[in-house]
Amino acid sequence: MAALIEIERLSKRFGAFTAVDDVSFAVDRGEVVGFLGPNGAGKSTTMKMLAGFVTPSAGTARICGEDVVDNPVAAKRHLGYLPEGAPTYPEMTVAAFLGFVARIRGYRGSEAADRIARAMGLAQLEGVRLQPIETLSKGFKRRVGLAQALLHDPPVLVLDEPTDGLDPNQKHEVRDLIRRMAPEKAIVISTHILEEVGAVCTRAIIIARGKVLADATPQALEAPGRTLEQVFRDLTMPQPEAA
Amino acid sequence: MPALTVARRELAGYFATPVAYVFIVIFLMLAGALTFTLGGFFARGQADLGPFFTFVPWLFLFLVPAITMRLWAEERRLGTIELLLTLPLPQWQAVLGKFLAAWAFCAIALALTFPLVLTVNYLGEPDNGVIAAGYLGCLLVAGAYLAVGAAMSAMTKNQVIAFVLAVAVCFLFAAAGSPVVTEFLSQRVPALAELARALSITERFNNFTRGVIALRDVVFFLSLMGFFLFANAVVIDHRKAD
Repeated sequence: MAALIEIERLSKRFGAFTAVDDVSFAVDRGEVVGFLGPNGAGKSTTMKMLAGFVTPSAGTARICGEDVVDNPVAAKRHLGYLPEGAPTYPEMTVAAFLGFVARIRGYRGSEAADRIARAMGLAQLEGVRLQPIETLSKGFKRRVGLAQALLHDPPVLVLDEPTDGLDPNQKHEVRDLIRRMAPEKAIVISTHILEEVGAVCTRAIIIARGKVLADATPQALEAPGRTLEQVFRDLTMPQPEAA
Repeated sequence: MPALTVARRELAGYFATPVAYVFIVIFLMLAGALTFTLGGFFARGQADLGPFFTFVPWLFLFLVPAITMRLWAEERRLGTIELLLTLPLPQWQAVLGKFLAAWAFCAIALALTFPLVLTVNYLGEPDNGVIAAGYLGCLLVAGAYLAVGAAMSAMTKNQVIAFVLAVAVCFLFAAAGSPVVTEFLSQRVPALAELARALSITERFNNFTRGVIALRDVVFFLSLMGFFLFANAVVIDHRKAD
């Protein structure tokens, strides 16, 4: 069977600037891919293209075999997506917001209630279910975004900086959650935190200036007695030009 | 239909902020004040809502763009446009849902002018069929202005620009049939004068206030809405990530 996420020669140009340059990779069930790179490397743009929000300039992306450009609604049904910054409607309560997402995803009645309860349980939101989202702390807001992405138990999860703004305990819980879900899903997370990659990812893709520079297990990247941080710096720091 | 889910969320959003209440109060105050002062509601000695219907389209010209200017700009500012458009619904359904919410909101504001209807019925014996046709006309004008405003809002991140563009384009449709415009055009480019008269919102609206519901007028308003909603969907598709 084909991989759950297939990205082939994906590029995105904004005018003269190439944000993503000929990126290809595939993610199978059971894999957790850590997407690493400096700011502006093209991580978020790649994820936005995979989620069908940014239209690629070239190349294709498929989720569960559905092309995100030709068949966007079918592709999005299989995808749980946490956009960068975890945007939510601030005036809604947590329960109303998840209710809205459930209705859009086609769940009604008790099935919707069950799914909302399950997602709230996974993201530990029961205590704030009737609070307007704008009154919540940054960590809770991020978890509301996470609950929204997990609501329909999708086979593919794309999470843009899922642990940003969480305290160390919450980070630990989210990583635990990702590890628990990993066996049945294909997961891509982007992060700036290198130890997170070692902690949850089965594979690391390092991207800079729009190009994939490394794609291997964290162990393989670290192999020759180097830390992941050294590898990351060696790969992504601009090479000093010969004078 | 996902569009209705989007519309429901949007409409609840209006009432969760002061926007809805400020809009409704200002609309009712202005509509009432203009009807009774400039419109000479009592002095005319006629039991109809003529003065009221004269002013409503002009009020909508400024108030409707105030609703639509934040329609897409707000989603962009909050980043929720990325959430909405990565949910499994066709984009046109999101466009339609937002429009329907704004239209329902205008319908609520219009419905709250019902004391005027009670007043004329108390004072005299108006033709309530004509009044109903007038209200239908108001609703269609609101829908046309909303569709224009929503499309303008999709084009720019800046709410002020969205507001000014929407007022300008709506004004073009409102003024197209006025004698100033048609006479000016018929002296210079007669072909355009015909077109201007055909596109005039005001003339068609006046048919409704006289109690005439003509199919071609209804079709005109619906196609105007359809055209701008389609433009809205195209713009959103091309500029969603900007």
